Amino acid sequence: MTENLSQCMMRMVETDYVLSDYQSDIAPRWCVGCGDTAILTAMQRLCRDEQLAPEKTVCVSGIGCSSRLPHYMNAYGFHGIHGRALPIAEGVKIRRPDLNVFVTTGDGDCCSIGAAHWIHAIRYNMNMTVLLHDNQIYGLTKKQASPTSPIGQKSNTTPFGSVLLPLNPLTVTLGVANVSFVAQAVDWIPDLLYDILKKAYHHRGLSFVRILQRCPEFMDHRFDDFVRDPSKMRILTHGNGLRLSPEVSRVYKNQETHDPLDMGRALAIAAIADEIPVGILYNDPSVPCYDDLRAGERPSTPALVETVLREEFDKVTIWPDDAEPVAAE
Amino acid sequence: MGNTAGQAIIEPQPRAPQPRPAVVLKEHIIEIISDSGEGAQRCGQSFGAIAARSGNGIWTVEIIPAEIQPPHRSVAGASGNRIRLASGPVSNGGNEADLVVAFNEQVLLSRLNAGEIKPGGIILMESKWRTDRNAGIAASYARVVDDIRARGFRVYEVPMEVECLKLVPDARKGKNMFVLGMLCGIYSLDEGLAQAQVARIFGKKDQKIIDANIELLNAGRAWAEANLDLHFSVPAKRSTQTQVVMNGNAALALGVVASGMEVCAMYPITPATSTSHYLSSIFEKVGCVVHQAEDEIAACAFAIGASYAGKCAVTVTSGPGLSLKQEALGLAVMAEIPLVLIDVQRGGPSTGLPTKVEQGDLMAAIFGGHGDAPKVVMAVSTIEDCFYSVITARKIAETFNMVVMILSDASLATAQQPFARPTFSEDWLAPPVNQSAVPLDAKPYDWDPRTGIATRFIPGQPNGMHCLTGLAHDRGSHVAYDPEINEEGLLNRSRKLAALQTTLRLPPLCGGDSGEMLLLGWGGTLGAIEEAVGILRAEGLAVSSLHLKFLQPMASGIGEVMKRFTHVMSIENNWNDPLSDPLITPENRRYSHLALLLRSRYLVDIDCWGNARGQPLKPAAIVAAVRAKLGKE
Ligand SMILES: Cc1ncc(C[n+]2csc(CCOP(=O)(O)OP(=O)(O)O)c2C)c(N)n1
Ligand code: SF4
Ligand SMILES: [Mg+2]
Repeated sequence: MTENLSQCMMRMVETDYVLSDYQSDIAPRWCVGCGDTAILTAMQRLCRDEQLAPEKTVCVSGIGCSSRLPHYMNAYGFHGIHGRALPIAEGVKIRRPDLNVFVTTGDGDCCSIGAAHWIHAIRYNMNMTVLLHDNQIYGLTKKQASPTSPIGQKSNTTPFGSVLLPLNPLTVTLGVANVSFVAQAVDWIPDLLYDILKKAYHHRGLSFVRILQRCPEFMDHRFDDFVRDPSKMRILTHGNGLRLSPEVSRVYKNQETHDPLDMGRALAIAAIADEIPVGILYNDPSVPCYDDLRAGERPSTPALVETVLREEFDKVTIWPDDAEPVAAE
Repeated sequence: MGNTAGQAIIEPQPRAPQPRPAVVLKEHIIEIISDSGEGAQRCGQSFGAIAARSGNGIWTVEIIPAEIQPPHRSVAGASGNRIRLASGPVSNGGNEADLVVAFNEQVLLSRLNAGEIKPGGIILMESKWRTDRNAGIAASYARVVDDIRARGFRVYEVPMEVECLKLVPDARKGKNMFVLGMLCGIYSLDEGLAQAQVARIFGKKDQKIIDANIELLNAGRAWAEANLDLHFSVPAKRSTQTQVVMNGNAALALGVVASGMEVCAMYPITPATSTSHYLSSIFEKVGCVVHQAEDEIAACAFAIGASYAGKCAVTVTSGPGLSLKQEALGLAVMAEIPLVLIDVQRGGPSTGLPTKVEQGDLMAAIFGGHGDAPKVVMAVSTIEDCFYSVITARKIAETFNMVVMILSDASLATAQQPFARPTFSEDWLAPPVNQSAVPLDAKPYDWDPRTGIATRFIPGQPNGMHCLTGLAHDRGSHVAYDPEINEEGLLNRSRKLAALQTTLRLPPLCGGDSGEMLLLGWGGTLGAIEEAVGILRAEGLAVSSLHLKFLQPMASGIGEVMKRFTHVMSIENNWNDPLSDPLITPENRRYSHLALLLRSRYLVDIDCWGNARGQPLKPAAIVAAVRAKLGKE
């Protein structure tokens, strides 16, 4: 995001933003142990380390527990309506390339009510970072099955267990034309979550990060096996992807070197069922961005508006007494 | 049929021995109808343009089938154009057509069935069907011609195809220009202007094509002069003013450019789309963008996002799209984000009548969303109004941080009317996005108790960081469920409408200041209502009309005006239950939208008249309704 760097260079020299500069005056209201907290912390760390000017940072969300995140960030926040975070964020970005745009959305918000926007947002590939907080349940409305709930999931709308196979946000995203960045993170490995968000932020285009997020309130123990057994986590590493610290490497030994340009392998990894892959599945920086394609050659100025209006009126003008000017200039 | 294509020189037709003097008319309504794809629409538009350039008053109405390629020779497939041609300015499409050119008898039937042709009117029929190889078609043609002759219409059978084939190999492609020439001859329109118009239409093509079409044009005129006893003149007075001619959707698009809005987010829907088509062709030239979203919800959300980021945006739609946008509109209301929505109304509910007119969305515009969601609603009533209303709407939206809806309709969308060429003013445009630092103690919703307006903070403004939300919130934009705080928000959002209302002026009355009957209208019915008032007053009836531009809020003084009339009746192009229906009583009658609104506000027993037949209201029908109401039939 070079344009952002150039825009806030002065401030970066003058001021060092610290973590608290990104914390709003509202204390998060998530349940104890909620994975959203770790995601918020990772976001704030990212902003600090990238020294993003809070006034140039916009966090857009839909509705859900996860979508409360913008309230807890000291930045411009837009807590929108259920399912529509992505089109709102696209509108924010279309004429404001100087803004850093983040989107936080839930599995119901993104993969159910907002599914059409999700598909099209991938295709527009606008320059923004999308965090899917996937707790595999509707949290805010108190435990209904979501499109990513595992089959057999008991919930208030599926008291005898859900009957449909879940959709896989990774394979769906990878299947959309113009996909340019897909990653998966988990809330319980904060270092990797941070590293992945950082990669996502630096990607030019839409970076889609699915974060498996624990919801102790309604999906207690859902990920316990994986939290307890690091070997069930498959960490994707690559020179162009994640590079692990010795500490992480020591705990998470199940590693795979995966080239983020390898779509075939990315799809295979996305479909793995018994392990949780973590890392960058796909990253193609060459995909064009809609915001660049539609940026226009020149800024709108009053003179330009006047000229174009004159040209258009000339085409349909009836001059009195046929006094049609030969050249209107 | 002798195909004599390639014969470059037109044989001059034997001229009528003496040029017949033209019958002078004050006005005439002409329709050209064909199968879709035969070019009747282009013919009609060109005829209108030539007449406008001659200085005639015109109003053109497109006749559009709902399908792109409906079956040939079908009643449902009638496609074409109506031109009301007059000596002076024209404000509406008028009553029944005086003269109709029909490319086949089926499309003619569509207009006859709809009651759109004047009894005894002139009908010019393509005669080739009489000898069609398909006996069924030939019989159908003969039957219809006999029938309409018997009903008193003046029918002329014109060998359009035969004449065109003398000049071009494919008559389907040339017939419309032949007919254009014929009409120019019948109505004594200037040859030079007509040829210039043809050159304008085919301007981008090579000279050969222009020449071929001018030949067809001349042939049509020559044929009419030699073979028809129809020769009219509608005297024109060239305006001393420089004028532009365009349809309502084009005027809306130019209004968007002139308003300084930089983003239009839309999803295709008839009859709104041509606004976006035209805008797409020019908007990038001014550094702006038309975004075709994945659906109307996304279009509205996208526009809201752009507005939030400092670039007030517009979203353009029609009925079904308006319904989809409602939740997002509520968000814009709650979060106080400026937004302009243009609704080009069509017949509803559901998919309804996609290409036909209705004023059915007023209630949905004002009350469509859930909860208390005050929005500004204004209606356009002329083509010129389409242009300027967008500029006004953007200003109101940004001054009050409100949603402003502009209601147009399917009739205005394609109707062409000349108006004074606008003179550009920088005041039309939006100021640059404010990026200055916000005072440290300022709050994003510091509502001014006098107006309800809060200065909004735009991303990029230092110290302005806050989280905007669609949840109830306090002055700091913090989520708050406290009853007092919720009420404070409601009060201030509502107050903005009241503040705007104090700035509105009541439109002038048409007719007298007091009398027997006041007609109330809004939107695209202006011309028809005022024409009806003129006719009724000429008959000695004390009828006046008041046409509202702002429907929410409404200007002060309507109640006072109503008191000065014995009867008050709204005239609307939407549904109301007829009291003649045995089931309908004053207690269960469903009123037209404006009537219902005014009844509740003023406690006056306002009647309503109108219909939702997918056709513009006709002055004569309004006249008849008023006479009936006044017992003067
Ligand atoms: C149009 C609309 N429909 C339904 C709701 C109710 N609703 C709010 S959040 C939500 C689901 C949230 O689930 P998810 O997106 O997974 O977020 P989580 O709470 O799990 O973080 C629903 C159905 C709403 N706010 N708006
Ligand atoms: S319900 Fe679940 S997702 Fe929502 S805050 Fe509580 S733990 Fe988090
Ligand atoms: Mg969820």
